[in-house]
Amino acid sequence: MRSVLLSLTAIALALFIGALILLASGVSPLVAYGALLKGAFGDAQALQRTLEKATPLVFSGLAVAFAFKASLFNIGAQGQLLLGAIIAAAVGFGVEGLPPYIHAPLALLAGATAGALFAAIPGVLKVYTGAHEVITTIMLNYIAINLTDYLADGPWKDRSPMNIVARTPAILESARLPTWGPIPSGFVISVILAGVIYWLLWKTTFGFEIRTVGQNRHAARYAGISVAKVMIATMVISGLLAGLGGAVETQGVVGRYQPGFNVGLGFEGITIALLAKTHPFGVVPAALLVGAMKAGSSQMQFAADVAKEIIDVIQALMLFFISAEFLLRRMLRMKEEAGEEKLVLSTGWGSGD
Amino acid sequence: MKTPWRTFFRQNRGRMIAAVALVLFVAYAYNRNAQITEAVLASSLRQSIPLILGALCGLIGERSGIINIGIEGQMLMAAFVSFLVNVKTGSLILATIAGVLMGALMGWALAFMSVTLRIDQIIGGTVLNMIAFGLTGYFYQVGLATKGKFQPIAIPLLSKIPIIGPVFFQNPPLTYLTLVLIFVVHFFLYYTRWGLRTRAVGEHPRAADTLGIDVYRMRYMNVTLAGMLAGLAGAYLTLEAVGSFERMMTNGRGFVALAVMIFGKWDPLSAWGAALLFGFATALQTQLQFMGALQIPHQFIGMLPYLLTIIVLAGVGGRTRPPAAVGQPYVKE
Repeated sequence: MRSVLLSLTAIALALFIGALILLASGVSPLVAYGALLKGAFGDAQALQRTLEKATPLVFSGLAVAFAFKASLFNIGAQGQLLLGAIIAAAVGFGVEGLPPYIHAPLALLAGATAGALFAAIPGVLKVYTGAHEVITTIMLNYIAINLTDYLADGPWKDRSPMNIVARTPAILESARLPTWGPIPSGFVISVILAGVIYWLLWKTTFGFEIRTVGQNRHAARYAGISVAKVMIATMVISGLLAGLGGAVETQGVVGRYQPGFNVGLGFEGITIALLAKTHPFGVVPAALLVGAMKAGSSQMQFAADVAKEIIDVIQALMLFFISAEFLLRRMLRMKEEAGEEKLVLSTGWGSGD
Repeated sequence: MKTPWRTFFRQNRGRMIAAVALVLFVAYAYNRNAQITEAVLASSLRQSIPLILGALCGLIGERSGIINIGIEGQMLMAAFVSFLVNVKTGSLILATIAGVLMGALMGWALAFMSVTLRIDQIIGGTVLNMIAFGLTGYFYQVGLATKGKFQPIAIPLLSKIPIIGPVFFQNPPLTYLTLVLIFVVHFFLYYTRWGLRTRAVGEHPRAADTLGIDVYRMRYMNVTLAGMLAGLAGAYLTLEAVGSFERMMTNGRGFVALAVMIFGKWDPLSAWGAALLFGFATALQTQLQFMGALQIPHQFIGMLPYLLTIIVLAGVGGRTRPPAAVGQPYVKE
């Protein structure tokens, strides 16, 4: 409960500073935030937009949070998500003659696999060479951008006569994910997965191993846990989640792969994972919050003439305040609880340890 | 009997072989095509400038125990502020100073987060990056244009030397400044009291504290000062290399700089060598693309610096030793 209070305080502080920035640029925060709310929850259409924006964020948030449990920082969720998105698109437009109940899951699976394989690279590099995943995953993000740009502008380019931009053909109807009323089916999948991840982390031996490795690598090794195996498996599952996020975005919202359409989703996963205090169930409301901000930002730009990027600033501030627990606890006069899990990512920096 | 020379050769065998090979290679290339060789080498140096500045920034931080993965954000914010100040005032000097100060401010923010707030340093750096992406994106307006950029100044006599002259002595001012700074940082790190204290704070803060060194103050000061170098890198990108600002224009250089730092074993001069290697890879790639010598899609060529970073990290990882206390918040007793 206390960690929820911390997160809420961080969100409130971020919105407050965001309001100051808005004031400084001559915009009334009430008008801007009002438009944001209206654009996010004003009607059924707005609600659907919010859920659609939140869906890939649940996946990327889960991906980052899951890796955090083993003290691994997967900044590469972005790249894994891109690969998942384009591979799902390729299966979606390239494989013909399948019924929807086979085609759609097949494309999802392909996207998830692509993300998992891509995330295995930094995992293997970390275990066998000691290259820190923070740098390798960031580098792989740039490689993924180049690779997907090449595919969307080369072998998988939409060759229809009307098209001049880099993008793949539209996926077939049978690969599309349905929307039930205002609720995209992808969102339902993401919520179910949050439950699965919770189960995996706290109800299985493997989850126990992951958390032990995360808390103390040396103790884990001493207890007979194969740290190498756990770290690689954690990265693979994390990448699987991110890749699935990309696939769901392709099959549920965009309908094809187009460069530039999935930018930032992986990075937002970091903010979401930390807002959620790395708990899978916290990821869903955190993703809804960020999704609502993204969904409402167009309305805000239209009604209050505020550049959309303000929500990036607010998100960065949220990330700052939620990380500054020390500061928050002082403000709230809250003591540290015994036995709390701490997130330490800076071990093994630069060396193989 | 071992002479000092022999020890020197034995210790630096790899570097000597690399140096000789490099000289032979350059001589061969120069003989084949002088113009292109000079162009590629000059471009290598230009590409290496932001990398070595970023690496020096990271190195000073890590030598005093603070991981800085926010260099990318520091560069980006500095590049943006330099751009704005240049647009408003038209002065290149003022713009450079503004960029450097912005870098320092970002460095101070990192110190505040990691020393005072004890935020995990990797998350602290990520916060810096995201704030920089957000703020530059929010305040950037399309259509602003800089008023001029730094022009090369040929140094009399020295610039007439073949190869070395055009590569090292016909450069714009920030490049010269950077070349000087590499040696300044090297000197300060190894031959001054400040350097000794910095290294002590990064290796064993408790012991340093016992000897009366103020660990917090050293870390604050170093990360802030180092931020000025990242700020200079940002100013260089806007005012000397590109002559304008674009969203996300740093393009991962801040992260590549960290790989350069690790490859250079947290040592300024070795890091310079590593930065030149990365610069050379980029320059060569551009040249090959320009000549149409490679029938490879440009996206694959664009991946090269990032692939090289991964390969280098994988190659040297585990065989290098970072400062012992890096990444750990220090809590006074």
